[in-house]
Amino acid sequence: MLKLVDVHAGYGAIPVLRDVNIEVNEGEIITLIGANGAGKTTTLMAICGLVRARSGDILLEGESICGLPTNRIVEMGVCQVPEGRLIFPDLTVTENLDMGAFMRRDRKGIHEDAEYVFNLFPILADRRHQAGGTLSGGEQQMLAISRAIMARPRLLLLDEPSLGLAPLVIRQIFDIIVKINRESGTTIFLVEQNANQALKIANRGYVMENGVITVTDAADRLLANEDVKKAYLGI
Amino acid sequence: MEYFLELFLGGLTRGSIYALIALGYTMVYGIIKLINFAHGEIYMIGAFTALIISGVLAQFGLPGWSILLMTLPIAVIYSSAYGFTIEKIAYRPLRGAPRLSPLISAIGMSIFLQNYVLLAQTADFLPFPALLPELAFMEGFSGIMNSSELFIVLTAAAVMAGLTAYIKYTRMGKAMRATSQNQRMAMLVGVNVDNVISMTFVIGSALAAVGGVLIASHVGQINFYIGFIAGIKAFTAAVLGGIGSVPGAMLGGLVLGWTESFATGYVSSDYEDVFAFALLVLILIFRPSGILGKEEGHKV
Repeated sequence: MLKLVDVHAGYGAIPVLRDVNIEVNEGEIITLIGANGAGKTTTLMAICGLVRARSGDILLEGESICGLPTNRIVEMGVCQVPEGRLIFPDLTVTENLDMGAFMRRDRKGIHEDAEYVFNLFPILADRRHQAGGTLSGGEQQMLAISRAIMARPRLLLLDEPSLGLAPLVIRQIFDIIVKINRESGTTIFLVEQNANQALKIANRGYVMENGVITVTDAADRLLANEDVKKAYLGI
Repeated sequence: MEYFLELFLGGLTRGSIYALIALGYTMVYGIIKLINFAHGEIYMIGAFTALIISGVLAQFGLPGWSILLMTLPIAVIYSSAYGFTIEKIAYRPLRGAPRLSPLISAIGMSIFLQNYVLLAQTADFLPFPALLPELAFMEGFSGIMNSSELFIVLTAAAVMAGLTAYIKYTRMGKAMRATSQNQRMAMLVGVNVDNVISMTFVIGSALAAVGGVLIASHVGQINFYIGFIAGIKAFTAAVLGGIGSVPGAMLGGLVLGWTESFATGYVSSDYEDVFAFALLVLILIFRPSGILGKEEGHKV
C-alpha cells in the first residue's frame, strides 16, 4: 500500500533521512521504532507532504505522491495522528471530530462514525460540547485518534500515541489501534519510542538510527533480537 | 439626555464602520499572523469604485436606491479581487520568510495603491453622491440620528451577523477556524490552506468595501488618503478588541467609535484622535491581548 524508495529528506540544509526504504502492505500494522531524533517524525512528515523528499520516491498504491500538496494526499486516504496530538483547542469535541471528517460528504456515515467513537471513548461523549483545549492529555489523545477514525482512512499514520500518557491509558490506546486495524481493515503505520508495546501489536517493524533504517524484521523476531533488546527494550 | 443619545448613536455609526474594516485585519492576522497594512487601501478602492460606477449609472437617470443596489455589489466584487490579488503577489511568495518581510511588503503595497489612485484620480477631495436613501420616518429623529446613519448601522449589523453564521456553520468557516488554531493540523485533515487564506482576504476585502461605500455616501467626499486614516483607526479597533478575534474586532470597533464620539462631544473635537490612540496605549499597557483576545502561549 505504502512504499518509500531510497527517500532522502531534511529541513533546509540539514539532512535527516538517508536512503530510507519502507514497505507497508494492505491490512498490516507496521511499526517504526527508534530513539529521539532518529528521524521517525520526519518520515511521517515526508509521507504527508509536509516535508519534501529531496530524492527517492514515495508511492501510495503504486502511485507517486511525492510533491503532492498535503490535502491531496489526505484525500487519497492517508491520515496522520501527529505527535503532540494537535487538537484544535477552541473547537468543541464534536467540531474537532467534524474536522476529522472534513473530506467526507456522507452526512449519515459521519454521524454513525461519531456515534462509533463516542462508544469507543464514552468520556468524549460526556465532553462533546467542551473545547478541545480543556481536555486532559489522555482525553486529547483519544480525541486525536477519534478524529482520525472520522476520516475513515485507508492508511493511518500514528506518531508516538503513547507519549506522556499513563500506562493504563497507553494500554487502552493500543487496544483501540488493534481494534481499528481488525474491524475496518485499516492499514497502520505506527511510530513509537515505546518499542516493547509497539512490537507486541505489530506484524513487522523497522528500526531507525540517525535517519537510516538499520534493522527490519518480523515483530516477534525483533522482540527477540539481542541488539534491539539492548537498545530499545531496556532488557 | 438627547445630546447623550446623539453621541451614542453617532459613536455606534462610526464604530460599525471601524468594526467592518477591523474584521479584515483580525481575520487575516488570525490565519497568517500578518498585519495587512494594505487593508485600508481596499476600503478606499471600494469607495472609488462605487464613485465611478454610480457616476456612470447616474447618467441613465436611475433613482438613488437602485444605483446603490447595483453599485455596492460591483464595488464589493472589485475590492475582493484586489484583496485576492494582493495576497497572491505580495504575501504568498513570502510565506515562510521572516515575519518582518511580509509586513514590509504590506506597507509597500499600501503606498503603491495610494499613489496609484492618486495618479489615476486626483489628490483633491471628490464629491461622493448620497446613495443611501432618505427615510421619511427618520425626520422625527433628526436631532439624534439621520437615515444614512441608521442605514449604516443596520447594514453593518446584518453583514456581521452573516459573517458570524458563515464562520460558525459553513465548511469553509470551520476550515478557517481550524486553520487559525493550528495550520499544520488543518492541512493534515485535508484543508486546502491556500484556499482558506485566499478566501480570508476576499471576505475581509468585501467587508471593507461595504464600509467604504457606506461611509463615503454618508460623508459625501473621498480622496486617495481616506484608507490610511480609516485603516489605522480600524487596526486600533482590532487590537483593542483582541487581534485575531472576530467578536473582538466588532466590539473593539464599537468601543473606539463611542470613545471618539463622547470625547468629541463632551471634551473637544480637536482631541478626537488623541482619545482614540490614548485608549490604544492604555489597552496595550494594561491588557496587551485586547478585550476579548487570548493570552498568548496556551498549552497544546
